[in-house]
Amino acid sequence: MDKNSNIDIINNKLSDFNVAFLDNEHNLILQIDQADFINVCKILKTDSDLDYSMLIDVCAVDYLTYGEADWTTNDATNSGYSRAVKQTIIPEADETFTDRFVVFYQLLSISYNKRLTLKVFTTESNPPSVPSINKIWNSANWFEREAFDLMGIHFKGHPDLRRILTDYGFIGHPFRKDFPTNGNLEVVYDEEEERVIYQPVSISTRPSVPKVIRDKNDRK
Amino acid sequence: MTESNLTLNFGPQHPAAHGVLRLIMELDGEVVKNLDPHIGLLHRGTEKLAEIKPYNHSIGYMDRMDYVSMMCCEHPYVLAIENLLGITPPKRAQYIRVMFDEITRLMNHLLWLGCHGLDIGAMALFLYCFREREDLYDCYEAVSGARMHATYYRPGGVYRDLPEQMPKYQANRYISEKKVKRLNYNREGSLLDFIEDFTDRFPSLVDEYETLLTDNRIWKQRTVDIGVVTPDRAKDLGFTGPMLRGSGVEWDLRRKQPYEVYEELDFLIPIGLNGDCYDRYLVRVEEMRQSNTIIQQCIQWLRDNPGPVIIDDNRYASPKRSDMKHDMESLIYHFKLFTEGYSVPKGEVYSAIEHPKGEFGVFLMSDGANKPYRMKVRPPSFSHLAAIDEMSKGHMLADVVSIIGTLDIVFGEIDR
Repeated sequence: MDKNSNIDIINNKLSDFNVAFLDNEHNLILQIDQADFINVCKILKTDSDLDYSMLIDVCAVDYLTYGEADWTTNDATNSGYSRAVKQTIIPEADETFTDRFVVFYQLLSISYNKRLTLKVFTTESNPPSVPSINKIWNSANWFEREAFDLMGIHFKGHPDLRRILTDYGFIGHPFRKDFPTNGNLEVVYDEEEERVIYQPVSISTRPSVPKVIRDKNDRK
Repeated sequence: MTESNLTLNFGPQHPAAHGVLRLIMELDGEVVKNLDPHIGLLHRGTEKLAEIKPYNHSIGYMDRMDYVSMMCCEHPYVLAIENLLGITPPKRAQYIRVMFDEITRLMNHLLWLGCHGLDIGAMALFLYCFREREDLYDCYEAVSGARMHATYYRPGGVYRDLPEQMPKYQANRYISEKKVKRLNYNREGSLLDFIEDFTDRFPSLVDEYETLLTDNRIWKQRTVDIGVVTPDRAKDLGFTGPMLRGSGVEWDLRRKQPYEVYEELDFLIPIGLNGDCYDRYLVRVEEMRQSNTIIQQCIQWLRDNPGPVIIDDNRYASPKRSDMKHDMESLIYHFKLFTEGYSVPKGEVYSAIEHPKGEFGVFLMSDGANKPYRMKVRPPSFSHLAAIDEMSKGHMLADVVSIIGTLDIVFGEIDR
């Protein structure tokens, strides 16, 4: 597959819009402005030279802790990582943090055998939102519900934006980085009340292995 | 007196729901008017759990995605890591992966065929299908030590080479020597001999299944013209795999976007004509035959080409135990790999394979750490199940069971 010719075709077709290809050696990623998003998607699907007939996946990402390590050790240290004592610090949601949520869309063109990834930043409002593309690709329906449920992103214009994977009555959006991995509530049977009740979790998250970032692949 | 529609709850604990599917059905008499699937009863948050572990720790979790085709779920995950790291496994490892992907495809399709048959009234088939699956589980066990959750694929190759000996049955007070001899007839050689014996027998076994179903009047009455999906709708709804091919779209990642060594292998892609449950049945049965030939080709290649099965780079693959006894550097690499893991360069990658159920993809995002920043699984059955409302509307209640069967859903991957 000729990557550059594909880039040229897409740039040519989308010259009226504010789009940019990101530097990524693995997949072709096209970053789109939110205002142009719906129109760009319509062209990507209906244009006979592009024909991205399938939406394969929708993935929301929370950039809150991107690039933050638990343990920075660039030089030799004389102290270890005290994981037996230290609790994981759950990051506080930072209201001033900009460009926090991103939605990635994986497209597939069956007739041209090509893939394309779209990257769209959500609005800065609370809740963050992007336009729904459910009318363009019907497969977006459940994928958008999932992103809403797990990441709390509102898809404007979605016909049926309900929770899908979490429990009935669940509070919060569990895949956000400020949601603790062990959750907030646990379910127990209360012997006195003789029913199942919710109570705050009695366990705390402890990392098994610290997250370390090695910038250079310096070993070997 | 006016008659109102009846709202009926189906599942989540219903044998025909294939796991924990809850359907809220609105019925007009016996005709389905509306169908609202409730999923998530098996949600374990695997993608969130992957964010707090080094890369290699999550391979075993991937087995539990689609727990009837385990190794196929590991595959896109290790492929995604390999793409980010920029490493390629040795060719023998690629052949082993392809062979086990196809063994897994047989396991998945056998379970699907047995359960689909059982759901719509063909009891005997279930027993035959599970008889054959038992042999395939033995292949898993011989190569990885586990019958189901193998954790066999690793970034850079596979965990270990194929064993030269198959485990054998032993006589005890309940099983006589004579019977043990009969049970062990295909276990005298290596794993490859065992698989070869299976692939020799298997086509005639598929013929047997087909005599029970393909021209069976009841089977056809239950599946022909049920749940018809046109090619355009199938694409729009995000169908992949046999669901898309059943509707007549020739699309198979093994052929169209080949990964590993599928380019070198000879196989055909069956497609359906009408897009109904019967066509999808025919497509999957033919896929079993094609998988069988792929396995045979892999056996031949693996016999002729011994070699390493994992990359020779101690940053990603464990050094040999014997080296660690005298080599300080190997000991350090071992310690680093098993305490900290390896750091993966920054980037985003989407890797997909042709899983038995469709396109199984993993979107992996790294911020340069030893753990994924975000891991998202693209499960094939998720989009298939999303279409159940559209496929069932206007059909009878009993046809919903046929449609659930033809979707080939497993909740491990839908709920994640």
